[in-house]
Amino acid sequence: MTWEYSNKTAIVGIGATDYYPRGQSLPRTMYELVGEAILNACDDAGLNVKQIDGFAYYSSATAGYTEVMDSADIMEMLGIPEIGFTATLTSGGGGSAGSIGLASAAIISGDANYVVTVMALQQAKGRLGTVYGDKPSDPISSFVQPSGLVGPGHLMSVIARRHMHLYGTRREAFAEIVMNQRANAVNRPTAVRRNPLTKEEYFAAPMLADPLCRLDFCLETDGAVAVITAASERAKDLKQKPVYVRAATHGGRLDWGRAFAGMKMSDDYFTTAGNKSIAERLYKKAGLGPEDIDVALIYDHFSPMVLMQLEDYGFCKRGEGGPFVESGALRYGTGSLPVNTHGGQLSEAYIIGMTHIREAVEQLRGTAVNQVENAEVALVTGGPASLPVSGLILQSE
Amino acid sequence: MMTTITKALPGERISITTNTITEPFWQAAKDKRLTVPQCSDCGTFRMPPRPYCPDCQSRAINWVQLPGTATIYSFAVCDRSPYPDVPDFTYLPIVVDLDGAPGTRLVSNLIDADPQTVEIGAKVTVAWHSINDSWLLPVFRLQDQ
Repeated sequence: MTWEYSNKTAIVGIGATDYYPRGQSLPRTMYELVGEAILNACDDAGLNVKQIDGFAYYSSATAGYTEVMDSADIMEMLGIPEIGFTATLTSGGGGSAGSIGLASAAIISGDANYVVTVMALQQAKGRLGTVYGDKPSDPISSFVQPSGLVGPGHLMSVIARRHMHLYGTRREAFAEIVMNQRANAVNRPTAVRRNPLTKEEYFAAPMLADPLCRLDFCLETDGAVAVITAASERAKDLKQKPVYVRAATHGGRLDWGRAFAGMKMSDDYFTTAGNKSIAERLYKKAGLGPEDIDVALIYDHFSPMVLMQLEDYGFCKRGEGGPFVESGALRYGTGSLPVNTHGGQLSEAYIIGMTHIREAVEQLRGTAVNQVENAEVALVTGGPASLPVSGLILQSE
Repeated sequence: MMTTITKALPGERISITTNTITEPFWQAAKDKRLTVPQCSDCGTFRMPPRPYCPDCQSRAINWVQLPGTATIYSFAVCDRSPYPDVPDFTYLPIVVDLDGAPGTRLVSNLIDADPQTVEIGAKVTVAWHSINDSWLLPVFRLQDQ
């Protein structure tokens, strides 16, 4: 049975700042970026910011893991008079897509009418590429950190290698994921990396943690994106065509747990993206399956995790992600499943998953730069990492 | 072409912290003994050490000494120094399944190995690497070396 609240809430506004290469958003402050993204989202929706009355964060309400966003600070900055809901999904970027489910919960519970989800990222002080190497150890991380797996990409290279070992997955598949997304970024004014990329250039890139090279790692960028969710009946009176929340899920199984932060995943979960159980629940809630997805915005912090999410979400069988990707299936215009039509975090910008929600909304409004013809259903996923992981299905009608 | 041999990370750059639950692991390591906690009630191993057995929720712990051998479950090869002031060197992070404690893994390094010869499934043996504050860190070498 499908979820009784399917399509009862909708995304009504999106707003963003410019996307900057790492450190270049200075001297602007984190809250300045947050404010600009929220005001742009209100303008997009046709709302006055004083109508905002809820906040639904993810990543423990951190701004890029190094700073914290606080609702009272944002209220004071923007003059928001009262809120009825302020909460966050825990852990990190795994909750990005699921935050829209949290916003929907706020609306369905009757506690808020216009709920903001926002993420801002500035990496001048600390870069996320080596975040684990820079942090002081704690008694649990002391069992991983001394290995020199200094960043999430290093950790995920270990997962990628075992997938290659078990299934014969080739670096050519990772290359195709990266080249596909670069091709999608070439004509996109917001993209940080727009130069076309050849296979030769991919294989010439330096190896950072073999089997992953620099181009398998996502960008390190600065910027902010905000999304406003509201009840569908209110959405109809606003400026934009509503983008309905068909279903959202977050969470996951102990078999995945802390994932690469502990490397304890069960044997049948190690070479996955940890999304299988929440993907099944998502499809069940939505009453849809992988065959119904017109465009997929798959969290791409590291290229192999795109491949493993495609398996988790049932677009191909376990272990067949390599051949599926290498067949050209992800290509905009020619493939069976256009993936990351905005260039994603590998080529456009990395705002911890928010650009994927933005692109899904633009696709379903029919205003995307690389518009998928007749796109009606979009999948958005959160980053494979410590639980929760999350998924979101949006639809246009 | 010269053969590359993997190194341990510089010991003076590695610091660990402990709590009352994890400290016995590191105290045993000082004696070059690889140990893991086992639930005294149901026999389930748990790593890293935690206050409760995830299977039966008992707090009773029996520290078991392992043979110090293991199997490589997966690995990465890193050619770049993690420290801006240390020249690049090759190190090889490994995830291993520990012999003698089914279901437990350790994230460590393989030292003194030619990365070209390393494979998933290879057998390894523990070695001990001096790090800050007089602790010893378990690292591994390929067996038959």
